[in-house]
Amino acid sequence: MIANWLLGRLNWDALPSEMITIGGAIMMVLSLLAIVAAITYFKRWKWLWREWITTTNHKRIGIMYIVVAVVMLLRGLADVLMLRAQQATSVGASNGIITSDTFQQVFSAHGTIMIFFVAMGLMFGIINLVLPQQLGARDVAFPFLNSVSFWLFAAGMVLINTSLVIGEFSAAGWLAYPPLSEAKFSPGVGVDYWIWSLQIAGIGSLMSGINFTTTILKLRTKGMNMMKMPLFAWSVFGSMVLVAFAFPILTATLSMLYLDRAFGMHFFTADGGGNAMMYVNLIWAWGHPEVYILVLPAFGMFSEIVSTFSRKRLFGYTSMVWAIWAIVFLSFTVWLHHFFTMGAGANVNAFFGIMTMLIAIPTGVKIFNWLFTMYKGRIWFTSPMIWFLGFVYLFTIGGVTGVLLAVPGIDFQVHNSLFLVAHFHNMIISGVVFGFFAGLTYWFPKIFGFSLHEGLGKLAAWLWIIGFMLAFWPLYILGFMGATRRLDHYDASLGWQPLFIVAGIGALVICAGVGVQLLQLGYSIWKRKELKDTTGDPWDARTLEWATTSPPPEYNFAVLPEVTSRDAFWEAKQHKTSLTSDKLEPVLVPKNSAAGPIISLGVFVAAFGFVWHIWWLVILMTLFAVAAVMWRTLSDDESERLIPVGELKELERLSKKEQAS
Amino acid sequence: MSSTTETIMHMNERAGREKTLFGFWLYIMTDCVLFASLFATYAVLHKSTYGGPDAAELFSPSFVLTETLLLLTSSFICGLAMLAVHQRRKTMAMALFFVTFLLGAAFLGMEFSEFSHLVSEGNSWARSGFLSGFFTLVGTHGLHISVGLLWIAAMLVKLAKRGFTEANVRRLTMLSLFWHFLDVVWIFIFTIVYMMGVM
Amino acid sequence: MKQTRLRLLIALPFVFVALIIGLAVWYVAGHDVPVLQPRGEIGASEQRLMILALLMSTIVVIPVFVMTVVISWRYRQGNPKRKQYRPDWDSSKLYETIWWGIPILIIGVLCVVTWVSSHQLDPYRKLNPEAPQQKIQVVALDWKWLFIYPDKHIASVNELVIPTNQTISFDITSDTVMNSFWIPALGSQIYAMPGMSTALHLNATEPGTYYGSPANISGSGFASMTFKVRAVSPNEYDAWVLGTQNASRNLTMAAYDALAKPSKNNKVEYFAPVQDGLYDDIVMKYMLPADQPQSQSSDTSTKTDDNMNMNMDMHTPMEMDMTR
Repeated sequence: MIANWLLGRLNWDALPSEMITIGGAIMMVLSLLAIVAAITYFKRWKWLWREWITTTNHKRIGIMYIVVAVVMLLRGLADVLMLRAQQATSVGASNGIITSDTFQQVFSAHGTIMIFFVAMGLMFGIINLVLPQQLGARDVAFPFLNSVSFWLFAAGMVLINTSLVIGEFSAAGWLAYPPLSEAKFSPGVGVDYWIWSLQIAGIGSLMSGINFTTTILKLRTKGMNMMKMPLFAWSVFGSMVLVAFAFPILTATLSMLYLDRAFGMHFFTADGGGNAMMYVNLIWAWGHPEVYILVLPAFGMFSEIVSTFSRKRLFGYTSMVWAIWAIVFLSFTVWLHHFFTMGAGANVNAFFGIMTMLIAIPTGVKIFNWLFTMYKGRIWFTSPMIWFLGFVYLFTIGGVTGVLLAVPGIDFQVHNSLFLVAHFHNMIISGVVFGFFAGLTYWFPKIFGFSLHEGLGKLAAWLWIIGFMLAFWPLYILGFMGATRRLDHYDASLGWQPLFIVAGIGALVICAGVGVQLLQLGYSIWKRKELKDTTGDPWDARTLEWATTSPPPEYNFAVLPEVTSRDAFWEAKQHKTSLTSDKLEPVLVPKNSAAGPIISLGVFVAAFGFVWHIWWLVILMTLFAVAAVMWRTLSDDESERLIPVGELKELERLSKKEQAS
Repeated sequence: MSSTTETIMHMNERAGREKTLFGFWLYIMTDCVLFASLFATYAVLHKSTYGGPDAAELFSPSFVLTETLLLLTSSFICGLAMLAVHQRRKTMAMALFFVTFLLGAAFLGMEFSEFSHLVSEGNSWARSGFLSGFFTLVGTHGLHISVGLLWIAAMLVKLAKRGFTEANVRRLTMLSLFWHFLDVVWIFIFTIVYMMGVM
Repeated sequence: MKQTRLRLLIALPFVFVALIIGLAVWYVAGHDVPVLQPRGEIGASEQRLMILALLMSTIVVIPVFVMTVVISWRYRQGNPKRKQYRPDWDSSKLYETIWWGIPILIIGVLCVVTWVSSHQLDPYRKLNPEAPQQKIQVVALDWKWLFIYPDKHIASVNELVIPTNQTISFDITSDTVMNSFWIPALGSQIYAMPGMSTALHLNATEPGTYYGSPANISGSGFASMTFKVRAVSPNEYDAWVLGTQNASRNLTMAAYDALAKPSKNNKVEYFAPVQDGLYDDIVMKYMLPADQPQSQSSDTSTKTDDNMNMNMDMHTPMEMDMTR
């Protein structure tokens, strides 16, 4: 009784019991201990706390996002290898390497982690690192909120990984359709872990959406009106508007699912007057825009990259801006295409099919504009350009399969099949992931002051491209053969196994690509002296982030630049003029704050309580988090620090010296 | 030198007010989307009583009207308080915000008693899809009201300690915006859940 | 010399892709690929539709692919045949009109195709209203499929036997979580949902044994929930029905409840006779609590329809709500 009250549903059974999960759990705990030991040994706790954990500087926060995303990418890839191994071996009499229950947890975790903690993490990381400088701003609109956003994202990440050690993860797929995800059919804690890790990270994303939208609309430097903004900023603007409209729907939907599960409500249950179709509508009213939230910034990155490396102005800027907003608008009118097979009438299906196909138009226009940016340019084939070329070919193929899926009559035959799985990986990997890797390579020297090794970068890009084709093209054929997603076992007579084996080899090639990327990172750090960016502008680029030193000082620009045209920095270089005056003025920078991590810690523990039904913990930690917010509200009158002119001069001199050495 | 610093601080505060207010409007918009989702859910479920009672059987118009009047009055008083803020009349503003707080608390008390009455009669949120939708929609509004009350309390402390600083005036503006927003949401709940339910 | 090496390097990916496509074609030719080799009218229309949409897309895709190679090659930095370089050229009304215009035209045509085909291939549409139809009621269970032939008073588990060249009119529901009823060789799939009845009309033009798929994840026994579809000539079908009607086990509500208990890797089973109105009772039981009086099975059929309509109506207004 007391134990029940004290621990909720938590007991010794929560520890992992299957070999492979025990292995995963032990490895995770050990690596965590190793990190803690290393920090202690090198006496870095104070440094970590002062320079990173409590920071509100957008560049530091951006780097932390990327670190989390890369670690999660490795976890997501480990999941993939298990899935591929299972599907390649679990045929006929053999049952493969893991049980069906573990298999279902693994693919649910794979989807959730890759979208929420890898793609979203890389996206927010790069936006944080680049957007303020590109707008000629000193930071984001709300630096403290930015810190809270990141720490909520991190808390969600820790929670989803906690499920590996304590309890289990959801086995209901990455979107957890009810009634399967209801308490009656999934009585364990898995779905609750899923709900709460997404809920926490999602609220963080929502805050970031508000933050970046305000940054773009209110913090642009002098002379930069909307139509002079770099295209990356435009694409982030479109994406963040989508975040602001879509994520509240996710928050509401997840809450309702939890209320169903924990308090016996009847939103989505089969009986009791619930309506599961409503969940599917709601989750996709968020889920479809989510895809564009991810891909729009990737489009923006490609726009910057293609223009820079073609040494030519971006072709059709106005068209590009309109294309972004057409996509933003349309993305809210297509969600039903995810369930044409639910039995809505022909008129409804046809309407949503047509709206879906319309999206192909602005997307196609963007591709043509990129190609014509290259046309009559001087193309420098760096590794970001290899990613771009891979993107053009593979993404276009994905677009074609997308058009097929948009026709309800065709969708009836390939819905939920591996054809669909191949399609969305085609969009997410060659669109989003390639874009983010290209962007990371492109902006790496700006962020860290030295470039990544080009040869290894190109090799990694080629491995990803080839691995992608091997891993996903067989899935298109498997879809035609009638193979559906999420099968942990199938009959040998179906003839699927050879294709699954090829797909597994493809996954290994992609892993090799990731290996080369890690090698590239290590090698570049080792050779950082030779790869050093001494100019602040290693690519001879066009936008304002390259007008400051690499890495930029805490305040980005000692004197804010003033622009008169779209490619002002490029033109200033051509005409040998300067965008800034020499007159230094004192600069305000945000102070560090411990409130962000502290609030998130409270939220994290409260969410753990929610998952295990430990209600006293929920109440206690909610109060703790509220108290932390109140403490911050009552004391934030001095949240900024003034750097006087004298100190500024000294800092500028140091950073110029550091750059030139 | 110090005068430049002051100008910078001042300009920064003005820019700060502008971006903060803008960001707050954005937040309110996202909250609108949240409530819109809950309203849509309620609209879908309002007939799914699963053999249980429906809105007409459960709700008493006079009780809800009292609740509504309480909240509307608190919103009006909050407006008056903001006028006092703009005239920089500290005692007046604090008194009016206190009245706003009391009216909001009374509203919350009535809502709580309505909920506990429903539950004690066996019509809890677990009874039917309709009641789940009802409790969640109205409860989410109630949760927002609680946050608003907490915020008013915090602002009363700040006002007493520091008076009308630029930052405090900005926060009070946002607070009143929030409070009026909750009023508008309630008008929708009143109309869609209660009035259309009993008619 | 360096030129040739560069050329080779660039040709390599294309050779690789051609190789992959060749292998894919070879593999598909040697295997049963039901979506591309349909055995029913609906599947055949869907396959034709897919090829049409694919061909229309290539009108844009092929130029993109060619242009990408050509532009990358000709305007690369260090091209010895120096090409024109116009760094400030950033817009052209003509070009931009072309690439807004052509996709709009193609998508416009595809939109018309979509509208027409969505109505033709609507799962609710009867293929040939005058011809006789075989009605089959499908229930998704944990983790097996129950097929009820209401006019023949028989039922089977995990095996669906149908006569060729005759429209099969499926009513589909679930007595557990959501699933999706899909026979790739015959055509469209549709969801099976508890408390709701969806419809699907298919036929088989060739006799044969086809793979039936549970296309939506439904819990731990999901992968074993496949079923076999046997399309047989009308004569064989009649014989099978007669044979099955002599099966000794009858399917009352109690027998059904035992069958509905979760189980994996189910064998094929037959039942006769089947209690009248069983399917309607299965759909209806989600509508009211168990302790409330259930309506008699004799008059539920109209009620079920009402309920179904209500459910269908229910999600349409919400869609409208959310587009706002």
